Amino acid sequence: MEIKAGKLVDPCSTQITKTGAWRTFVPVVDHNECIKCNLCEIFCPEGCIHQVPSKDVDALLKYGYKPDQIRSLPKDEILFVPDLNYCKGCSVCAHECPRKAIEMVLEEK
Amino acid sequence: MSQKMSSQAYVNKPARSANMKVVEGSYAVAHAVMCCLPDVISAYPITPQTHIVEHLSQMVADGELDSEFLTVDSEFSALSVLVGASAAGARSYSSTTSQGLALMYEVLYNVSGMRLPIVMNVANRALSAPLNIWNDQQDSIGARDVGWLQIYAEDVQEAADATLQAYKIAEDPTIRTPIMVCMDGFILTHVYEPVELLDKELSREFLPPFQPENILDPSDPKTFGAFADPTTYTEFRYLQFEAQQKALGKIEQTAKEFEETFGRYYGGLVDSYRAEDAEIVIVTMGSVIGTTKDAIDAMRADGKKVGLVKVRSYRPFPVQALRKALKDASVIAVLEKDVAIGGEAGLLTDLKAALYNSSIRTPIIGFTAGLGGRDITIKDIRKIVEKAEAARKKIESEFEFLDLRMEIL
Repeated sequence: MEIKAGKLVDPCSTQITKTGAWRTFVPVVDHNECIKCNLCEIFCPEGCIHQVPSKDVDALLKYGYKPDQIRSLPKDEILFVPDLNYCKGCSVCAHECPRKAIEMVLEEK
Repeated sequence: MSQKMSSQAYVNKPARSANMKVVEGSYAVAHAVMCCLPDVISAYPITPQTHIVEHLSQMVADGELDSEFLTVDSEFSALSVLVGASAAGARSYSSTTSQGLALMYEVLYNVSGMRLPIVMNVANRALSAPLNIWNDQQDSIGARDVGWLQIYAEDVQEAADATLQAYKIAEDPTIRTPIMVCMDGFILTHVYEPVELLDKELSREFLPPFQPENILDPSDPKTFGAFADPTTYTEFRYLQFEAQQKALGKIEQTAKEFEETFGRYYGGLVDSYRAEDAEIVIVTMGSVIGTTKDAIDAMRADGKKVGLVKVRSYRPFPVQALRKALKDASVIAVLEKDVAIGGEAGLLTDLKAALYNSSIRTPIIGFTAGLGGRDITIKDIRKIVEKAEAARKKIESEFEFLDLRMEIL
């Protein structure tokens, strides 16, 4: 990646900048508690919570799920999944969740 | 540095055009700005301010100058407006002074970091507290590390001419760095002097239109000054550092091109006066150079080998040019109108650093004088020279406040 003087960038540059490394706490969603109310997706200031069909393994892997985690997910459901490449761990989703289905867990790095 | 740049040649040059007029310093600069054809001018129209933007506003109102003239709510906004204007491809101008520059501080970094070639005249004036609006150079010296180029003018003519040169330097695609053209407040901004006003046609030939390769444009969106994390931030600062090093050559070159077009030359990065065989060399910047030259003439008549090296470009700091200009001096005295409280003073510290790793082992002493508008007289310059003579044997004091009034302390 060559830089341009004055930090000149084309649109969508925030996709290049992965902000996931800033995170101290990681949101862990209990998909069995989730009632698909959409609030976490709406409130996420980073816009990084996505609706993903549970069979879309590629997307889940891309967003930071481990293969063994994927195996234990509910089948044939739409899941609300934070993209851990960008999630800064701000806890807004956990705070807003009416079912308290999102837990913020200290992330070991 | 060739000896032909000796300012004597310039002083003795007769008026050659009908454009020679007796005008206020601020008018001369405003007229030069008009010749640069700026697209956008911004101003915070009350104190601290100079007549420069007042004259420009008159020119716009009279239809002499086709520019967008924006009056804003503060100096912070005055420069912020220009960030947008310059990024959108407009040649942009403002002038400021003292507290106004201080209020711009945050934006100064944005302008240089986004590589916007804005030109701003700084009418050098003291900072409060204590409340004082007279001349010294604490304001711009305090902003020496913000990434702007800084040129210090010796007289009104140079301040006006340097303003035209400034756009050519700043807008060079390899440099793209903003410039402060510094002129002493009141001593130069409010004085009436005979000045050869710039010719509009010649100015247009000298300064090509501003054609940046990247601009803010809704049809081709871009972000200026975007987020840079620790993996790239250093490299952006390096690019700025590199551009300032390139500006060393560009400032020299532009001064020579200006001489070819207009017949006036003030030195590129530095200039000298009777320094060829001088044992005692005074290094200084700004309007005090006039007084210093008179003092040198008087002391030369007494047989003292005194000379002057003028620092015209303070940022970038002309390390090589100064090493060359000062290599034969037996003692160097730095005179400046600023003080780095807790350290010494800007020019002194920079000059010492520039010479430290060279073969020059000349004693250097520094003086701060003229703070808050106190006059620096020929008597003061003589006093500096006496102290410099003594320092050849032994340095009593590396840095001092000249003319300190012990009786009121």
